[in-house]
Amino acid sequence: MKLSYFPGCSLESTGKEYDLSSRAVCKALGIELMELKDWVCCGATSAHSTNHTLSVALPARNIALAQEQGADLTTPCSACYSMLKKTDYTLRNDETMRQKTENITGFKYDGKVNVLSLLEAIITGIGVKSIAKSVKKPLKGLNVVCYYGCLLVRPPEVTQFDNRENPESLDNIINSLGAHTIPWSYKTDCCGASLSLTSSDIVQKMVGRLLNAAKEAGAGAIVTACPLCQSNLEMRRNKGDTDIAAFYFTELIGLAMDLPDTDRWFKLHLVDPRPLLRSLSLVR
Amino acid sequence: MSIINQEGLDFYREIREKSGQPIELCYQCQKCASGCIATEYADFYPNEILRLVQLGQKEKALNCSSIWICSSCETCGARCPNGINTRAVIDVLKEMAIAENMVKEKKVHLFHTTFLNSVRANGRVHEPVMLAIFKLKSKDLFSDLGFGFDMFKKGKMPLLPSRVKNRKILQNIFKQSYQ
Ligand code: SF4
Ligand code: SF4
Repeated sequence: MKLSYFPGCSLESTGKEYDLSSRAVCKALGIELMELKDWVCCGATSAHSTNHTLSVALPARNIALAQEQGADLTTPCSACYSMLKKTDYTLRNDETMRQKTENITGFKYDGKVNVLSLLEAIITGIGVKSIAKSVKKPLKGLNVVCYYGCLLVRPPEVTQFDNRENPESLDNIINSLGAHTIPWSYKTDCCGASLSLTSSDIVQKMVGRLLNAAKEAGAGAIVTACPLCQSNLEMRRNKGDTDIAAFYFTELIGLAMDLPDTDRWFKLHLVDPRPLLRSLSLVR
Repeated sequence: MSIINQEGLDFYREIREKSGQPIELCYQCQKCASGCIATEYADFYPNEILRLVQLGQKEKALNCSSIWICSSCETCGARCPNGINTRAVIDVLKEMAIAENMVKEKKVHLFHTTFLNSVRANGRVHEPVMLAIFKLKSKDLFSDLGFGFDMFKKGKMPLLPSRVKNRKILQNIFKQSYQ
């Protein structure tokens, strides 16, 4: 399977281990990622909060590039995914906006490229059974809660993926790795996203709720699918609170497949997950 | 007698049209508010924002904190029994608040401007420099310095920005979006 790949700005910096693990895992699972040549920032919250035209034009430029490459477009970042998917929805359904955007970005939208989150690409393209078969080192003893965040499944009419209140795709993947996922009620609650930089006190409270709920559920770690969720969970927790680790789901797939680079990813975390993994003899 | 004057009515109609959301259908069930974590820390819940718009309360709706504290999590819209996406309404309110010079949460707006300037310059956000500029401008240089240093040590803060090559399309996107 070939896919156009949009890493996004966070994956070049704060979410570097998500980029590295996504590329490594896709390669190992037989997904060929072709990074979009000359991709531009999706505009994120800053664009849709201040200029609607820009918030459609920037993602549209990337859809144009994917169209040129002729392969469906995937991105690991939920926030980028949301911008790209919403833009695709607009271009598909809003004639006026489509014409306007085509003029601004200089391309003709043909609707052939599908936008997928990396989670969706892996679960629909590879499937839980094949992932289970590729496991070399089952993640025995690892109890986690899966944290989808808000934008992977919402708005439901746009994403058309999984259940908007109680999604299960990520749980299914993580269970297939031999880890144990615990049900909890905070799967799609918000982490505070980019408020982290402007109102960190609020985000600290939002993250505190999540961490407490995860601990109450008996989890040793939270599994994420977004660089904003991950960095808020690591950065905006109370100082010294190292009880609970946070992983990108791709890192756990890579660990279970026994890929060579896992230690390099874990080293990049702001809260080191290796003590937990060592206690379970999953890393040395 | 009418409880809403012409100016209020025009305001309501403009937000209704630009957001494309059936604002008139909101019957204040508060399902949106009960799932909204962010505006719990601000002045109005999402249902209250819709009521302000319905009643043409332009200044109150534009000059409020909640529209900027909203994290755009899409929970309100996913749960509304009447299919109203309040996040989309809030985006329109923010854009109008900027145009009318009524931005209540200046720091949030400053962040958005700094972020987009970085996109305009390089086509991508160079997080280290963008964050440094934002911290400087918001006079809050030291709050996350420890994290910044940690990330730098780990090699997560590239010194040079990665840049897009096709500057022409990028410039055109910005030029036409701000017309
Ligand atoms: S859920 Fe919908 S109808 Fe109910 S208060 Fe919120 S916006 Fe109004
Ligand atoms: S999108 Fe905004 S208003 Fe709606 S639930 Fe999320 S934070 Fe609240």
